[in-house]
Amino acid sequence: MSAIDITGVSKRYGTTAVLHEITLAVAAGEFVVLVGPSGCGKSTLLRMIAGLEEVSAGEIRIGGRPVTNLPPKARDIAMVFQSYALYPHMSVADNMAYSLRLRRTSKEGVETAINAAAVKLGLGSLLERKPGALSGGQRQRVAMGRAIVRRPKAFLFDEPLSNLDARLREHMRAEIKKLHRELGATSIYVTHDQIEAMTLADRIVAMNGGHVQQVGSPLELYDRPANLFVAGFIGSPAMNMFPALFSHCQGRPTLVHAGFSLALDHDPALAEGAALTVGIRPEHILLGAGPLQSVVDLVEPTGLGTIAHLTLAGTALRAFTLARLPLTIGACVAVDMPPCRLHLFDADGDRVDRGTREIGARTLA
Amino acid sequence: MPRRIFYWSAHYLLLGLYVLFALFPLFWLIKVALTPNDLLYSQGIRLWPSRTSLEHFRFVLTHSEFPLFFRNSLIVSSTTAVTVALISSACGYALSRFSFRGKPLLVALMLITQMFPLVMLVAPMFRLLAPLGLTNSLTGLVIVYSAFNAPFATLLMQSFFDAIPKELEEAALIDGATRFGAFRRVILPLTLPGIAATGGFVFTAAWSELLFALMLNSSPQASTFPVGLLSFVSKFSVDFGQMMAAGVLALIPACLFFVLIQRYLVRGLTAGAVKG
Repeated sequence: MSAIDITGVSKRYGTTAVLHEITLAVAAGEFVVLVGPSGCGKSTLLRMIAGLEEVSAGEIRIGGRPVTNLPPKARDIAMVFQSYALYPHMSVADNMAYSLRLRRTSKEGVETAINAAAVKLGLGSLLERKPGALSGGQRQRVAMGRAIVRRPKAFLFDEPLSNLDARLREHMRAEIKKLHRELGATSIYVTHDQIEAMTLADRIVAMNGGHVQQVGSPLELYDRPANLFVAGFIGSPAMNMFPALFSHCQGRPTLVHAGFSLALDHDPALAEGAALTVGIRPEHILLGAGPLQSVVDLVEPTGLGTIAHLTLAGTALRAFTLARLPLTIGACVAVDMPPCRLHLFDADGDRVDRGTREIGARTLA
Repeated sequence: MPRRIFYWSAHYLLLGLYVLFALFPLFWLIKVALTPNDLLYSQGIRLWPSRTSLEHFRFVLTHSEFPLFFRNSLIVSSTTAVTVALISSACGYALSRFSFRGKPLLVALMLITQMFPLVMLVAPMFRLLAPLGLTNSLTGLVIVYSAFNAPFATLLMQSFFDAIPKELEEAALIDGATRFGAFRRVILPLTLPGIAATGGFVFTAAWSELLFALMLNSSPQASTFPVGLLSFVSKFSVDFGQMMAAGVLALIPACLFFVLIQRYLVRGLTAGAVKG
């Protein structure tokens, strides 16, 4: 298992830049997830690590060795593609054996490796089949098998679960996590699904527009999003956002919205009248008690809890509660937004923190 | 229900008429080839002669130069098919997978070569090949046929390569193959149907070509069978029976070829047509 170091890596197509000086260190054995909307450059970055895409500037090292200009075969990495990319004319066993045969592994060595992978992934009875005769989940497993037989320096995953239905996706997600625990392999995983990112990652790299927006553990990104993009992207249902002005009312720091105001429990040391965006996660809005009155627009029971769509002084909010409250559409309900749960973002969209730490995009990228 | 019956009857009637229309000349070819000379004119318009014989076939095979023409055609057509298949798969792969300067221009040029009538090129081609000693030679024909078929075959092959997902190749590269290794072990086996279809197309085109074969090669030693067919036309009469028998014999290799590649052909054409 090897560490992967990416230093100042950029990618341009002609004059269009799609990745801007990305720097990222992945420790040996770490599971890092690149997450972002489509077109954010996450797949391009992964393909550059694999050697499938040329690097316009910067350096990539795998296990300390510079590989920036090496072809994929010299990098000793394995990749699982979204489309699985199984060789349709080869049996499952041959698909898995291909890389070993190219490395001139002995016949017994190939057989042992394939059998071990087949047992691990439950492919024992399918070894002689062609990919065309397999279900989506089985194909996915073969693609994983093809990656693990070789014991590569690192695994790269390019949205490997997007072609599966929801139930199977959940199942395979758990299997990937289990597999990573067993193999301890350095893994870089690309997805646009923030749930996959949250559940799988040791660390998440949130990307947008070719820039890294934030790097951190899943809970760090969830609890302390560095900017509006991360705040809106991580979490489902998404964080509520509304504009407000910062002001001191009777000496207390307060957020003033057109229809209500919220007293803060700390002083963020902002200029009087600074325009802010305030964020609060749906599960942090307290329903049934509180100083504010909102109207219920829609109620979505999820079984686990309830998502309530509310209007508070002209602002649409979504609240999530585990309690089975008797909510009636059109009725009023009291809400509270505890100040300790509020996220503040300045006019540039960067997090306004409680003084000590600043994890903004600019300091990281 | 009656409406359905009517629909299907009309459906099959139309199909039947079309098949009849398409195959009737073929039937006539075989019928005339089997009609003995003495009945050829007396029973000329009957659907089937009162007596059949293989005398025309016997004559064509033993007393004419047809076996030589046949051999020449076989050499020219199969060499052309193999040459064009090799060239067009290499070019088609490049067009499908790489981006390089002047690619659109190249494709446009290839299309342009397909646009004007070949008759225009007979004279310059002759002037070009004669000093090189490539007239009255099978090699000359192979070169000319390959040159004329390669552009279209390349575009055809490009569509076959386009239909193969890029990820397959990338997976092979990551598995440790070289670019050529990935092409040979992964892409080539998957394009075989396409290559067979292209080869078949070129083979038949070369097999039935008359214009250049007639103009470039005057000696019987280097004539192909379409030219040979003309030798049954003499100054005072046309030997229809023998000509038709030769024609029937000439159908055999083309038919055999298509029977052999038929399985690939159907798969190949659909693979090229439907992406993914």
